[in-house]
Amino acid sequence: MSTANTARPRGSRSPLASVGLHATLVVAAVIAVFPVLWILLTSLKPAQHAITTDFVKEPTLDNYRYLLEDSHFFSWFANSVLVAGVTTVLGVFIAATTGYAVSRFKFPGMKPLMWTLLITQMFPMAILIVPLYNLMGDLGLLNQPLGLIITYLTIAVPFCAWMMKGFFDTIPVEIDESGRVDGLNPFGTFWRLILPLAKPGLAVTGFYAFITAWGEVAYASAFMVGEENLTLAGGLQTFVTQYTSNWGAMSAASVLIAIPAAIFFVFAQRHLVAGMTAGATKG
Amino acid sequence: MAAHTSQSVAKAAGDDVENDVAARGRSRRTDSDSGNRGGSRGGKGASGLRRAVGTHWYAWAMVAPVVLVLGVIIGWPLVRGVYLSLTDANERNVSRTIGVRHIEATYEFVGLDNYVDVLSDPVFLQRLVWTVVWTVACVSITFTLGLALANMLNREFRGRAAYRMALILPWAVPGFVSVFAWRFLFNRDNGILNKILDGGGIAAIPWLDDPTWAKFSVVAVNVWLGVPFMMVALLGGLQSIPGELYEAAEMDGASAWQRFRHITLPGLRAVSMTVILLSTIWTFNMFPVIFLLTRGGPGDSTEILVTQAFREAFITSPRDFAVSATWGVLILLLLMIFALVYRRSLRKQGEVW
Repeated sequence: MSTANTARPRGSRSPLASVGLHATLVVAAVIAVFPVLWILLTSLKPAQHAITTDFVKEPTLDNYRYLLEDSHFFSWFANSVLVAGVTTVLGVFIAATTGYAVSRFKFPGMKPLMWTLLITQMFPMAILIVPLYNLMGDLGLLNQPLGLIITYLTIAVPFCAWMMKGFFDTIPVEIDESGRVDGLNPFGTFWRLILPLAKPGLAVTGFYAFITAWGEVAYASAFMVGEENLTLAGGLQTFVTQYTSNWGAMSAASVLIAIPAAIFFVFAQRHLVAGMTAGATKG
Repeated sequence: MAAHTSQSVAKAAGDDVENDVAARGRSRRTDSDSGNRGGSRGGKGASGLRRAVGTHWYAWAMVAPVVLVLGVIIGWPLVRGVYLSLTDANERNVSRTIGVRHIEATYEFVGLDNYVDVLSDPVFLQRLVWTVVWTVACVSITFTLGLALANMLNREFRGRAAYRMALILPWAVPGFVSVFAWRFLFNRDNGILNKILDGGGIAAIPWLDDPTWAKFSVVAVNVWLGVPFMMVALLGGLQSIPGELYEAAEMDGASAWQRFRHITLPGLRAVSMTVILLSTIWTFNMFPVIFLLTRGGPGDSTEILVTQAFREAFITSPRDFAVSATWGVLILLLLMIFALVYRRSLRKQGEVW
């Protein structure tokens, strides 16, 4: 963990270097935190003071009240939860056995499949958005959460399969072998032995799939129209357009969207980061 | 959003190196297997096939859902996208339903006309140049800052956990929220940045209203969004470099710079190559930052290739689906060429990819 130069007093920093280190990190931390903090403060200011530089003078929850009572925030939030949630569940469900199969078996067609999974992850949305838009139009799924869910599966499925392969790779093959000895077929082994062990991996995969769908902007902006059909990414855009700028409502909405995500993220961060870097650092 | 899409692929990214190696080793074996089988198959093709099905049916059954889903929702639209780029489809002539009346599509096949039009229009070159500048600027700055911060955080000192938490924050906030926060800060008349400059006696900067400043602003925001991921990935890489190497180097009298140059950088090679490739692809395709911060403006000065494709189909009127599809195909081709060149250059340097 610790690098050598910190383990021994010989390598300890001079006071000057220490000051430099802390000064740099403080500046970086301020730049990282300030925009988020400023939005939080703005959301607590009365609307007419939204654009002042004062720190909160007369804190008020008016922005939140407006947001929850007079805007479509609830619909947007519900739409986002529905779309991202269903995408996550379907994505993980569809991709799980594939992740296992490519982790464990060698079979004809495996190499092209892996390449396909890899390449589809670098697809720009620009290539699929028009055909998917026309397809959804033909099926009457524009403006429907289902249309957006199907669209997001184009992102979630290849990604979940890749990611789960990584997690299955970390589970020792001996477990599979013991299952086979006990007379389980590959499906039984997967379902009874491997899946329970891979639960943390599935959770991390699901989390990433969720926040990807949660933060998607392009498809959501193109496919969903009409105030109450929007997702949060679309809804937030309605507060600050060419013609109106309701910065108070925008900041309050931002806080309500960001805080749960950030808390969860910070809480799960250690786990997520460990999962994420495990593959890379082995290389 | 930047960071969020990013990190999602990030994990997959982390695995790629490893997986690719594994896949290679394995596929080589599979190849030779099938080669042998092909040899012995000569007279009894049917039984060979039956044997293959017998051996592999469960693997095929397991991958079937993904193959099916990908075929339907990616394969088919992809083929259709390529086809649309060869037609003159726009919102007036595609099939549509108005009320109960269904109107059939009337667009026609026009061959490569759209490609000729797009490629001969100076707009394409402008967009391409700016997209490349944007990608190179974002990736190089993000990587440099991420590497510097990761190196600092890799030492032991008081408050390390707190700094780390603070520095990760931009990643924890949904991207589109962050971009709006920045739009607020950049506001010309009332944004905090200009108020601070004003306090220092500096005239307001038209952050998003002047082409040059707008370019600067979108890069700054994208860097802000991307640094945490880069930092975390590189920190993971740093922690996997054995401390003994540094110890030995120090014994031999290597300076801090020499240690960084000859131990840290080579030790980070695998991680760096992966994150640079990924972040290049993400940045190239980065839609939300540009779309939400400037809408490609002022004018069209910050429009990159993907936002241009989006604009053709969903913003300009009449919506031009064919031209948008053409841009989409061109973007995909560019990315694939880039990935191939990158891979080849890695191979030349003896990387395992």
